[in-house]
This record gives sequence, structure tokens and C-alpha cells, in this order.
Amino acid sequence: MTDISSGTERLLDVQGVVKRFGGFTALNGVDLHVDKGERLGLIGPNGSGKTTMINCISGALANDDGKIVFKGVTMDGKKPNERTQLGIARSFQIPKPFGTMTVLENLAIPLEYVSRTPPRQVREKAMDILETIGLAERADQNSGSLTQIDMRRLELARAMAASPDLLISDEAMAGLSSNEVDDILDILFKLNERGITIIMIEHIMRAVMRFSERIAVLDAGQKIADGTPDEVVNNPEVERAYLGE
Amino acid sequence: MKLNSFWLWAVLIAAAGAALTIFDVIVINKFIYFASYVVLQYVILATAWNIMGGYMGYVNFGSAGFFAVGAYSSVVLYKLIQAPLLVMIPVSGIVCALLGLGMGYLTLRLRGVFFAIATLAMAIVLETLITNWEYVGGASGAYVLRPRTIEPFGDYIEFLFFVMLILAIFAVAVARWVERSKIGRGFSAIRDDELAAECTGVPTLKLKLLATTISGFLMGIAGAPFAMYVGFVEPASAFNLVYAVNSIAMPMIGGATTWLGPLVGALLLGTVQQVATVTISSELNLLIVGVLLVFFVIAAPDGIVGLVRKWRGGGK
Repeated sequence: MTDISSGTERLLDVQGVVKRFGGFTALNGVDLHVDKGERLGLIGPNGSGKTTMINCISGALANDDGKIVFKGVTMDGKKPNERTQLGIARSFQIPKPFGTMTVLENLAIPLEYVSRTPPRQVREKAMDILETIGLAERADQNSGSLTQIDMRRLELARAMAASPDLLISDEAMAGLSSNEVDDILDILFKLNERGITIIMIEHIMRAVMRFSERIAVLDAGQKIADGTPDEVVNNPEVERAYLGE
Repeated sequence: MKLNSFWLWAVLIAAAGAALTIFDVIVINKFIYFASYVVLQYVILATAWNIMGGYMGYVNFGSAGFFAVGAYSSVVLYKLIQAPLLVMIPVSGIVCALLGLGMGYLTLRLRGVFFAIATLAMAIVLETLITNWEYVGGASGAYVLRPRTIEPFGDYIEFLFFVMLILAIFAVAVARWVERSKIGRGFSAIRDDELAAECTGVPTLKLKLLATTISGFLMGIAGAPFAMYVGFVEPASAFNLVYAVNSIAMPMIGGATTWLGPLVGALLLGTVQQVATVTISSELNLLIVGVLLVFFVIAAPDGIVGLVRKWRGGGK
């Protein structure tokens, strides 16, 4: 359905990735691919290896085996900042704002370091992104003093400022109210419309089902399902992973 | 406009220094030069420390090591070729920049308290090496004979004071430039969250090495004239804990997030120490530092600059 022959372009190709922590195997030969412009949901029970997977893709962790290919370039041995330069941006599950800086200054970092925006245009470009994300009126507020939802917004805004081809959103909605979840979803849809490929990691099934064109399911370090949302929810193995035998 | 006023001040201060030392506009007690030299030396050390400690959040306990290596580089140059001071300064700076680069490279995986311990350990290793190096006098130290006079300054100490003044202006200008550049913003991102910085495209490793190199260079030039200043260098004085403690305390008291902080802290604390040395006792110095540091850490974590900003209602 999504192979190269059908005309879609493969953006990310994860091939048999293995990650061990001491004796514990967090990822055990996982294959995963994302096509250009796609919206992929990545789900799985707690401890199934979702965040480890993102850390391997973004370079925060080095995979022990397997290969990660992004835009045809092998990522192994590349540092996170180099991967960001190539177009992989991520948000963090627990927001990591640059706490001594204002919201705008937070965005200035990727704008300057990745998009090579000249200092004079930083404000303008940052405000553009903040408008899209709905944080414009907080631009000059200290980022350490934001509310939870605004911190999530800032995570996405800062990832956006790196003008990525692939955005990985790591549980951007955890702990938010129903309305707030919709807000974040709207933002993600908007970004996808602009041509950004998105991998969304999420526990909130309502959001995942609405957002994803395709869903991959991890359980205990292995991919147990990969298909359309309908296929995945009706998959007996997925049911077993979530509900037990 | 701000840029102009900084350089205007810099030129004015340099000119005032020249007027005092070259033209002897006011004839002042020679001791003032000795004392001011020490204060200026601390301006450089505090500013250099702050580039790593304040901007980037990497606390260096090994400032005394860098300072001493700067001083001993001068001793070696003096013994080898009787090099003049103006040769010693850049050479010491480069030696310490390389030392900083090496230290950065070896410690780049360490963070927080482990990094601090590693820098302290480095200073101790260096001290042991120097203490056992016969060529520079080993534990008993080495004499460096400075000329009595130098034209057009007259007394050599006036020249030393003037040189230190220029070096201090240079150090502050470097720190100010770093702070306002993309590099400085990268440093702040590293301080706030290193992983987030890395994932937003900041080459953290390169920037960390750059910080240790710049900081090392500045500490080296602060130590370079030391041999000429005291005339006799021995490990215990060159590696004195006071340098490490003051390098940390002065930016903390002044305010560690801006170039102005270490400048204010060093001028204030350095002057108080010099006055206390003359009027009370030289042993009182560290006590003063300790008490002030405790006070500021508790009552004004953003230092004097932070306090002033708060009173003005400005700042963040």
C-alpha cells in the first residue's frame, strides 16, 4: 500500500532496529517506515519501546543494531543536532523549554541554528510560527512560567522552527483536557497540511484514531501490527497486548 | 547606541589608565597600582569563568590551574629566551586555550557536579606536575626579574597595571560579544537543557569545546603577567585556592547571566579584599568572600545585577 512503486516517496525507513539497556531489550528488531506527507500513529502499552524508538530516530540514543535511513541517508553515528539539520524535529514528552528564555527566544535557537535565519528576521519568523500554534500573545513571556498546554504548544512551535520534514510528537497531549487535546490535534493537522510528515506517539486513542492515516503498534519491543486505524483496532494481537489474554 | 556607549567607556577607561601611568597626571601612591592590578586580574578571571559557568552552566573549579599554567608559561618563556611580557601574554593565552580544549574534550561527557570535580582534579594534577618540574623551580619556585622601569611608563608596575587594564577590557569585550552572539544563545540553551538544545540543532559538543577554549585563553592571559608582578612564582601561590574560589564567587555575587555581573562582582569583591588586606589582615579575604557568597546565594541568586534590575522593575 505504501511502497515506492505506488508513487509515494519514502521519508524514513527504520530497519531492524535493536536497542538494549543492559540485559533489557527495549527494541528487538523493529521495522518501521513513513512516507512523505504521511500521518503515522505510533502506539503501544507503557514500556513497549515507543519513546526509545523516537530517541533512536532523533539520535538521543544510539541503536545497537539495525539501520535508520532518513531521506536516503543513513543516520547511524549522526548526532541529534545533525539529524535536526537534516530535517528531523521532535517534541518531548515532558516539556523541556529553555526555562531562562522567553517563548520567542526559545524559537530563536532552532531558527538561528537550523534555518540559519539572520538575527533581524528571527522575530518575524518566530511570530509567524507562534501565530500558527496559538502562542503569539505569550511571545515575550518567560517560558518557565507557561501553563502545561502552552508548554506543549511551545514544544511543537520550537520543533516547527527547525523547519522539519519529519516531526515526531511524543505524547504532546498527555494530561490535557478534552478541549486542549482538540487544540493540539488542530495544530498537528495544520502542520501536516503544510507538507510536514508527522509521527504521533499518543496514549489517547480518540486522538490517535482521528489523526492517523496509518498506525503502528509496539509491544514489548516488537512491532505487532501496522495498518489502517480500522485494521489495527480489530487486530487480535493488539487487543491481547492492551487487554491481556 | 548601547554598542557605542560600551566602546566609549572602554576607550575612556583605557585613556584614563594611560593618563595615570604614562603621563602621571596625578601622582599616586605606587601601592594603588599593585592593588588595582590584582583587582583587574580578578575581572579577567571572573569574566573567563563566567563564559563557562554563567552562560553555559558548567562550573569550573580549576580556574587556579589555568591561571597557574598561564603564569608558568611565562616563567618558561623567561627562562628560555627572556621573552618580554608582550610575548608572554599571547603565548600563555594559547597554551591555556589548548589546555581548555583538552579539558573540554576529556570531560565533555560529564555534567553537573562530576564536571566540577574533574576540573578540580585537573588543577591538582597540574600542580603536582609543576611541583615536580625542576626546570621551573619545582616546589621551591622560580625567580623572574622584572625590569625596574620601562618607557614611556616609568616604573614597571605602572606598565603592568596598564597592561592588565587593557587585558581586562579585552576580556569583558569578548564576553559581551559572546553573550550577544548566536554562540551565546547556544550556550544558554545548553545551560537550560542540553538534550533539548541538541535536538533543536545546537552543536553542543562544538560549543562546549569553544567555551572551554575561550575561557582557558582568558584565564591564561590573566596569569601571564603574574610572574613579572610578583617576581617569584612557586606552585603554592600560583595554584592558590583563592583564584578558584574568587573566580566562582565574583560572578555569582555580581550576577552570572551577563558580562556586567563578573565585572561588578570582581571590582567590588576585589576592592574589598584589597582594602581588608591592608587595614585588617590578609587572612580575612576568604571569610569575606564566604559570607558574601552565602548571603547572595540565599538572598539574591541573580547577583547584584539581578537585584538592580529587579529594583528598576525591568529585566525578565
